[in-house]
Parts: sequence; structure tokens; C-alpha cells
Amino acid sequence: MNTDQKNKINLVVNSESKPYWEGAAKGQLLIRACNACGKAHYYPRTICPHCFSEDTAFVEASGNGVIYSYSVTRQAKPPYVIAYVKLDEGVSMLTNIVDCEIDKIRIGQKVRVKFSEAGDGYALPVFTSA
Amino acid sequence: MGINGKSYIVGIYEHPCRAALDKTLPQLHAEIAKGALADAGLSKDDVDAYFCAGDAPGLGPINMIEYMGLNNVRHMDSTETGGSSYIVHVNHAAQAIAAGHCNVALITLAGRPVADAKEGKPVRYYNQQAPDFPFEMPYGPNVTNMYAMCAMRHMYEYGTTSEQLAWIKVAASHHAQYNEHARLRDVVTVEDVVNSPMIADPLHRLDCCVITDGGGGIVMVSPEVAKSLKRTRVKVLGAGEAPKHLAAGQVDLTYSGARWSGPKAFAEAGVTPADIKYASVYDSFTITVLETLEDLGFCKKGEGGKFVSDGNLISGVGKLPFNTDGGGLCNNHPGNRGGMTKVLEAVRQVRGEAHPKVQVRNCDIALAHGTGGLLGSRMGSATVILGNEAA
Ligand SMILES: [Zn+2]
Repeated sequence: MNTDQKNKINLVVNSESKPYWEGAAKGQLLIRACNACGKAHYYPRTICPHCFSEDTAFVEASGNGVIYSYSVTRQAKPPYVIAYVKLDEGVSMLTNIVDCEIDKIRIGQKVRVKFSEAGDGYALPVFTSA
Repeated sequence: MGINGKSYIVGIYEHPCRAALDKTLPQLHAEIAKGALADAGLSKDDVDAYFCAGDAPGLGPINMIEYMGLNNVRHMDSTETGGSSYIVHVNHAAQAIAAGHCNVALITLAGRPVADAKEGKPVRYYNQQAPDFPFEMPYGPNVTNMYAMCAMRHMYEYGTTSEQLAWIKVAASHHAQYNEHARLRDVVTVEDVVNSPMIADPLHRLDCCVITDGGGGIVMVSPEVAKSLKRTRVKVLGAGEAPKHLAAGQVDLTYSGARWSGPKAFAEAGVTPADIKYASVYDSFTITVLETLEDLGFCKKGEGGKFVSDGNLISGVGKLPFNTDGGGLCNNHPGNRGGMTKVLEAVRQVRGEAHPKVQVRNCDIALAHGTGGLLGSRMGSATVILGNEAA
């Protein structure tokens, strides 16, 4: 699953997630925000999980965040880093930390989004040191 | 309508096999049902309610009721919350019996992941239709790294150490040495745990549970039926169940759903953590136990590391004997679903039928807790409190 690998990643692209993946392909990290209650959420849904309004839309996140927690899957070849990154917008997302010295990764570390090729023109948002 | 005192556990069975190469999945369920009913002194024709979860093949109760020839079922439930399902089932069976829907409820769990792997059968993949799947699966989440992130964050916020987590495995191994069926029977030390290979930082191999085949079953009945049986009856005093998830992105990995299921169970039972003489706590990983003990109120949030240290969970040594069968960490984790075995050992303790080396004296009130799914994302939590006739 290491995104440094050039393998194609089997993304699930459906009517609800397609704009998210199209955004990522253009270098945009999209989260979903609600016009009714003003709150953002992740992962993106059509109906707001805070207030149940259907008045939601994709918005571009800054791409900046901090590592909330992480783990190195040592048995994988090569080992990879899974993490929750808390975005500046206040929501956390599951992701990978890439292009870093694995043993120097720390909770609280500032990270910035980058996009890893996923095949078929799609890209996967991952994070690296800011 | 509460459930306190309205039903009893009168039969249990834990399948002794840990690798079921010569048995089918339905066969395991049936052997378990037979064992649990025999323990209760009841027959299959007495069963009027059947409960099973996602481990049961086909349409769950429908296929299994047919296979086992349960001819008098008038109530069924296939609630699926992963490994905690069977504690949810105990709660639901207690509610159904209290409401008069049934008098004799049978709950079964069986699994054969070891045999399936040896036979080259594909592992059951997580449902791609799950709404979280598109946004999580590309990053390589697995059971271990998703629990590991909880441990990492708990260490960061509260200073919990790997040595403290290791004490949980040490305690389980002390108990497992007396269980002839336990998958791992060697007593281990804190050093053994922290020096075992790192699987997903900060969890080592010995922070992880075993993978086994087998299963278990429970028979629950109304007070009237219980009184007609010879078997020592174990009263269901209270239960609680709760989902916990990523809350639309407000992620907090330092607690589990036990924060909600526990207080419900305690309130219904009319007892407090101080009254619990023995606790079966779901132990998929050491961190699962640590967070759950805090959430159930056995110690303050963040003090779990201190609480589990120095043998405090070892029967005869510490204040809170836990998982005296060796738990999922050493004994058995049938089908990767540990909720059932948690109830079974709690019943043995209340009956006074645990191994003499680990039996808790005057065990009048015991607790069993299950966690299903992933501590690091979404889970079903369930707590049940059991007592003897006087409780
Ligand atoms: Zn809203």
C-alpha cells in the first residue's frame, strides 16, 4: 500500500466520491462543508453528518495539517506509515506519511499534502513534512 | 423495562479445538450448540430463540436453524457488531426474555480462520460498499496498525509506556499456563513482550492476540426455567451497548465505546466498578484492554498504564483479576471474535468453576466487555454484568 510504489491503487470511484478523486487528480485536497450549519466533515458525504442538511459542497482544504497519530507497519516490504492527519480546517483524515525518514516522524509534526499517482489519471492525497 | 434479574445464563460451552481442519463452519456451530445445551441440561427442542452474528454462514439464523434442526424458534437476532456481537446478543436475549418473547435463548459463535488459511480460502474482505472504504483502504489500514495508532496517541497524551502495556500480556500468560486448551501457555515477562518483533509501532508481536479456530455458545433462560434446572445459574444484572466512530472527522483515539456501554451496564446492575470481583476485557491487543479499563471506570482516564502494572490484573496477586482463561492474548480468539469467550470465563468465575489456580474467591459479581471492529476507527462496544443468585 506504500504510495511510493508505482503500483496502481484500486480506488473506489462512485457517484459520491468521484468529485473528490477528480479534485485529487488536479492537485486539490477536497473536504465537504455544510452551508446550513457551517461545519466541515470528513470523509465527504452528501448529507451533512452534523445537521442532516443536503446543502453540502466540496471545498478545497489548505492541504496543511499536523500528525494526530501514526504507526509504521514494520512487516510490510517496504514498511509504510499510516497516520491520521488533523487538517487546519479541523477535520482529521486517514492517510500515509511519505518521503520522510520513518524513525523521525512524530505526533504533532506539521505536514503538507502531496499527490501520489494512483493510475487511470487518478491521484491519492498523502502527506509529507511541511 | 430493565433486564436486571430477568434472565439467567445456565449453559456455556467453549470448543476445545484451536485449528479446525477437519470440521466445517456449520458443524462447529452445531457442536457448540450441543455442548452449551448439554451444560444447561436442556435439549434442542427447548430452544425458542436463536442468536448468531456475521460469522454464521448464509443468512445466519435461517441457515443455522435449518442445519441444527431447531424446530421451536419464535425469536431470532443476527446483530453484527464484530467481536462484540455476542455480548450484544446477551443483552438482546435478556431483553427478549424479559419481554416474554422467549424462554430459552441459544447464542453461538464459530470460526476457522486458521483452517481457511491452510486450505487457501480467501480471507473475507471488508465490504467495498462501506462508505468509509474508498477513503481509507488506499492507505493500507490493517487490524494491527489501526490499534497501534491508538496506543501511539495514548502514549503521547498520557505518557503510557510499552512496558506498562506489556504487563497486560504478562497477566494473561500467567493465567493461560493453567488452561490446557490455551493456544499459548508459556509465562512471559515484560522484557519478553517489549523485545518481541515490532509489528506496527508501538505494538510488538506479544501485544497482539492469537488467531484460532473454534468458538463458543451460551444458553440463557427465564427465571422460571432456571429454577427447574440443576445447573448453577448466573444472573444477568445489567448490560450496555454503544457504537463509537470517527465523528465526521473529530477523531479521538484515546477512548473506546466502553465510555458509554459501561455506565449503562453499571446503572442497570446497580453496582460500581468497585463491586466487580472479576473482569473479562476484550484483548485483541494490549491497548484494547488499557483503554477499556479506563473507560469502564476502573481507573481514571490516562492512568491505565499505572493500573495494569506490577501484576494488578493477575488473579490472586492484583486488585482486578482479568481474563483468567488466558484471554485472546493467550488462550483463544475464535474467528477473530473474542466477545463470546469473555462471557464464558465470566460465567465460570461466578459459578466458581474457573481453574482453581485462577478462581477468584467469593466472585459474586463479574463483568464482561467486548470491542468489535477497530479501536482506531469504528467499533461496537458492549458490556454485561453478571452475578450469582444472591447478587
Ligand atoms: Zn450541517
